[in-house]
Amino acid sequence: MQYAISILLSGVSLGGQYALIAIGYTMVYGILRLINFAHGDVFMVAGLMTVYLSTFLPIYVCLPLTAVLTVLLGFVIERVAYKPLRSAPRMSVMISAIGVSYLLQNLATYITGGLPQMYPQVPGLSASVTIAGTSTKWVTIVTPFLVVALVIALTQLINHTKIGMAMRAVAKDFETSQLMGIKINNVISMTFIIGSFLAAVGSMLYFTNYQSIVPLSGALPGLRAFVAAVFGGIGSIPGAVIGAFLIGICESIIKGSDWSVFSDAFTFALLIVVLVVKPTGLFGEKVTDKV
Amino acid sequence: MLKIDDLKVSYGGIEAVKGISFEVPEGEIVTLIGANGAGKSTTLRTIAGLVKPASGRIHLQAEDITALSPDRIVSKGITLVPEGRHVFPDLTVLENLKIGAYLRHDDLEEDLKWVYDLFPRLKERSWQAAGTLSGGEQQMLAVGRALMSRPKLMMMDEPSLGLAPIVVKGIFDIIKEINHQGVTILLIEQNANMALQTAGLAYVMETGRITLSGPGRELMKNEAIKKAYLGK
Repeated sequence: MQYAISILLSGVSLGGQYALIAIGYTMVYGILRLINFAHGDVFMVAGLMTVYLSTFLPIYVCLPLTAVLTVLLGFVIERVAYKPLRSAPRMSVMISAIGVSYLLQNLATYITGGLPQMYPQVPGLSASVTIAGTSTKWVTIVTPFLVVALVIALTQLINHTKIGMAMRAVAKDFETSQLMGIKINNVISMTFIIGSFLAAVGSMLYFTNYQSIVPLSGALPGLRAFVAAVFGGIGSIPGAVIGAFLIGICESIIKGSDWSVFSDAFTFALLIVVLVVKPTGLFGEKVTDKV
Repeated sequence: MLKIDDLKVSYGGIEAVKGISFEVPEGEIVTLIGANGAGKSTTLRTIAGLVKPASGRIHLQAEDITALSPDRIVSKGITLVPEGRHVFPDLTVLENLKIGAYLRHDDLEEDLKWVYDLFPRLKERSWQAAGTLSGGEQQMLAVGRALMSRPKLMMMDEPSLGLAPIVVKGIFDIIKEINHQGVTILLIEQNANMALQTAGLAYVMETGRITLSGPGRELMKNEAIKKAYLGK
């Protein structure tokens, strides 16, 4: 019983962290129809930023600063690597995204020398707590609540503000949105800003739990979050969140069983099954071409 | 009000508009008629800033608005009701109207009332997703949405496309009504009969050039026009 609780707790928490990354994938896809392959690496860079900033700044300054810098990074990536390709074939933008991904990984290798970096202790989050006889970190408990709060805030933003309305319009129809006077590029930047911010928060939670960061630390969580986004129906925010929690819980269950080495195999097998059986995922919109 | 000088537009390697000049006088209903592929839509899209012209100038009153970005053009008071309506299907009717006023920061109540008075059907359906409306209602919504930007000039691309004749008549009545209320209209149509009856001034476009112009009712008597566009 205790064992089950501990697995469920870590699964929910892991799922929440994936959810924060998955939202970034799904929002960018919703607007640009682009799989932003660099997103997982932005998540990793956010972790490294905290590591380096914490060497000379107190942690309560360095976390918000990390969020600001990550947002800036996401914004710059979009402006430099994706915006000039706005009217290019989608394949070119995707290749550009892969390029940015490798660039960030290699920069991280250069800066860290390839050595694992230790994420600093975050007071409060890193402390241990015992729940129903299971010992875990506070971050495990905090994550799902924080994720739910952020998702509620995000849906409010999208459904009840002017910029949110513009985001929904641009996601549907670039040209008509322009005719309304919407500046498409600002809306796209906003999407990257939100996605990067959530990835930064995700990195704080994730690396507080798994403390060592290497340049490839963004790759796997990024891919799992991507699978979650596809599973939930890419383009759908609730889909991404639910998909992420399911993936997180499954991963945690498999890791706790005798089959632990297969946990990633399971994730990607799931991706294949979803793509074959229900390509639009749980909540994805059906693509109907109305004449 | 709007003055086009020797406008040339290339589109995908083809010169779609080959140097046209025309004017839209303030307070008028002006129509551009012509067959499919004559360059009518391209002309409107260029004025709206969606397409950059190869050469030529577009003036609104005294101001050169050639190749401004679409949002700048909207803020100058020009709006385009696109071909095929293009309402935002997932947004509610009310949201579609609000997004038409995207650049405005003042109170929208009065304008919403104006649009709802013009189109009472939209008021009944204001909480419905726009995608659930019928074709005619979507056209009303597209017009209402354009009006929410408080335009001086409203351009309309094939408003009658795919609508039943009775609905088309309703739409044209509304166009006249909007014009009476002080909005200048530039209309392109394949339904030449309806357009010529409504328009004070008409231009005929053929393969990228303007070949004829004159008051709408006079052009209706022109033999060549009768043959080519009115099916008589």
